[in-house]
Amino acid sequence: MDWTALSVSLWLGAGTIAILLPFGIWLGRLLAVRQFRGKLVVEALVTVPLVLPPTVLGFYLLVTFGARSPLGQAFHAIVGQSLPFSFTGLLVASAIANLPFVVQPIQRGFEAIPSDIRDAAACCGLSPWQRFARIELPLAWPGVLTAAILAFAHTLGEFGVVLMVGGNLPGETRTLSIAIYDRMQAFDDRSAGVMAATLLVIAVVTLMLTTTLSRRAGFARG
Amino acid sequence: MADRRLSVSLRQPSPIPLDLEFTCDPGDVLAIFGPSGSGKTTILRSIAGLYRPGHAVVMSGPDTWSNTATGAFAPPHQRAVGVVFQEYALFPHLSARGNVMTALGHRPRGDRRARADELLALVHLADHHDRRPRELSGGERQRVALARALAREPAVLLMDEPFAAVDRAVRRRLQDEIDSLRRTLDIPLVLVTHDFEDVVRLATHLLLLDRGTAVASGPLANLMSRPDLTWLREAVGLGSVFDARVVRRDSERGLLELAFAGGALLASERAIRVGTVVRVRIPAREVILAAREPSGLSLHNALAGTVSALSSDPAFDHVVVQLTVGGVSLLAEVTRDAIARLDIAVGRPLYALVKSVSIDVISSETT
Repeated sequence: MDWTALSVSLWLGAGTIAILLPFGIWLGRLLAVRQFRGKLVVEALVTVPLVLPPTVLGFYLLVTFGARSPLGQAFHAIVGQSLPFSFTGLLVASAIANLPFVVQPIQRGFEAIPSDIRDAAACCGLSPWQRFARIELPLAWPGVLTAAILAFAHTLGEFGVVLMVGGNLPGETRTLSIAIYDRMQAFDDRSAGVMAATLLVIAVVTLMLTTTLSRRAGFARG
Repeated sequence: MADRRLSVSLRQPSPIPLDLEFTCDPGDVLAIFGPSGSGKTTILRSIAGLYRPGHAVVMSGPDTWSNTATGAFAPPHQRAVGVVFQEYALFPHLSARGNVMTALGHRPRGDRRARADELLALVHLADHHDRRPRELSGGERQRVALARALAREPAVLLMDEPFAAVDRAVRRRLQDEIDSLRRTLDIPLVLVTHDFEDVVRLATHLLLLDRGTAVASGPLANLMSRPDLTWLREAVGLGSVFDARVVRRDSERGLLELAFAGGALLASERAIRVGTVVRVRIPAREVILAAREPSGLSLHNALAGTVSALSSDPAFDHVVVQLTVGGVSLLAEVTRDAIARLDIAVGRPLYALVKSVSIDVISSETT
C-alpha cells in the first residue's frame, strides 16, 4: 500500500475543490442568471474537458504551461517552480479537467431557483450580496454539494491527465490511480489490489456521505 | 394625503406594450383588472423596480423610484414596497418566521423575532411560526406572504392575483381580512386580478386594462355605472356599486335596512352589525323600471330617480338606462320595447324597482 500516493490523491482532490468551488459558484450562477453575448462559447469551453480525451487535454496543458512556453516561463518566474511534473501543475490541470463537473451542477442548482423567489428576496429589502448569501446559495446548495463530490471523486480516478502533466514522481505527482498502474506493470498484483480496494471504499463512502448530506439539507421544494 | 400618494406613468410600445398612468392614495385600493396577458403583472413589476419599461415615472410621495427622463432608478431593495407574489414566492428553506424576518432587515437584530411573531399573529398564523412553506396550506402561505410584505413597513403594498391559488371558501375569508387590514394600514394598495369578485369586494378604485393600455380608470362606483364599457359588461355583467350603512336588522322579517345617498334600501338579512358600512352591488338585469310607484307587489324597494343617460348596444339588443337616485347611479338593463312603451328619455322621472334578494351586500364584518 502506497500511503504517499493516497495522500497525494486526497490532497489533490481537496485542493481541486478548494480552487474550483468558489470559481464554479461564481461562473455557474452567472451562466444561470445572466444572458450575455458569448454565453454559448463560455458554456462550450466549460464542457470541453468532458468530451476531450484526457491525453489531449494533458497535451495542451503541457504545451501551454511547458518550460518553453511564455505562460510556463512567466509562472516559473513568479512562483519559482515549473508547472509540469509538479503537484502545483497537477492541481492546475485537475482544476481545468474538473471544470464541467463543478460548473454544470452548480449552474443547474441556481437555474432551479424560480425567478420570483429572487424577486421576492429583492422586494424584502435584501441587497444583491444578502440575496446571494441568504436565499440563493442555500437553495442552490444541493447543486454545490454534488459539484464538490463529483470533483473529488473524479480527481481520485483521474489517470490520463495526471500521467501526461504530472508523470510519476513519488510524493509529488504519483496519485493512487497512477500507483495502481505502476504496481500492475511491476506484476505486484497484491499492492495494486489493496490500493484498488481502498479507492473503491473511498468512492462508496463518498457517495453514501453525499446522499446523507443532501437528505439532511432536505430543501425539498414546494 | 398627497404626501404618500403613489403615482405611476408607464409607456412603451414593445416587447410588452404599456400605456397608462394612475395615482393611488393611502387607504385606497386600486384594482388593475383585465384579461390574462394584458400586462397587469408587468405594471406591478415596474412599480417594484423588477422591470424597467422604456418610459417610466414611479413616485411614492416625494420619493422618485423611477424616472426614465432623468435616469433616476432605485433598485427594488431600496424601495419601500411590499409585494405579495402570485404564487407567494416564499423562501422554501426558511420557516414562516424566517420568511417574515428576512424582510425585517431595517429593524435592530434583537427586535426582529418578536416583530415577525407579531406580524404572523396579525395574519392569524400565531401557532405556525416554525413551519416551512411546504407544510402550510395555500391560504396559510398567502398569509405568510402578506405578513412578509407588511414586515418591511412598505409605503406601497402590491398584490398580484392574491387569491388565484386558494379555493373559494378560503378566498372569501382572506378577502375580508385584507379588507379590514387595509383600513388600518393607510398606504396605497395596488391589486392585480382577473377575477371581478376581488374587485367588487376589495377595490375602491379600478383601472381597466386591455393589452397594456388603460381603457378606463377611476373610483369603482363611477366606473361600474358607465354603460359604455362594453368589455367590462361582458366580463362581469353590468351593475351599480355603491356604499351604504346598516341602519337596522329586522330578524322578524328577515330584512336588513340600509341607508345610502339616495335613500333607504331593504336587503335580505345578513349577520352584520348596525352602523357598519357595506358595499352594495345591484346587477343591472335585476332592476325594473316603472313610470309610477307600484303597489300590491312583493317588492321592497321602489327608488325614485331621474334618467341621466341612455346607451344601447346593438350586440345585446338591450338598452342600459342610467338613473340618478340621490346622487347615486343605478343601472337598469331593459329591452328597446320597454324604452318605447315607457317613453324613456334623459330627464324623465322614473322608479327603479329592486327585489331585496337581488341586492348583493358585501361586508368584511360578516360573522
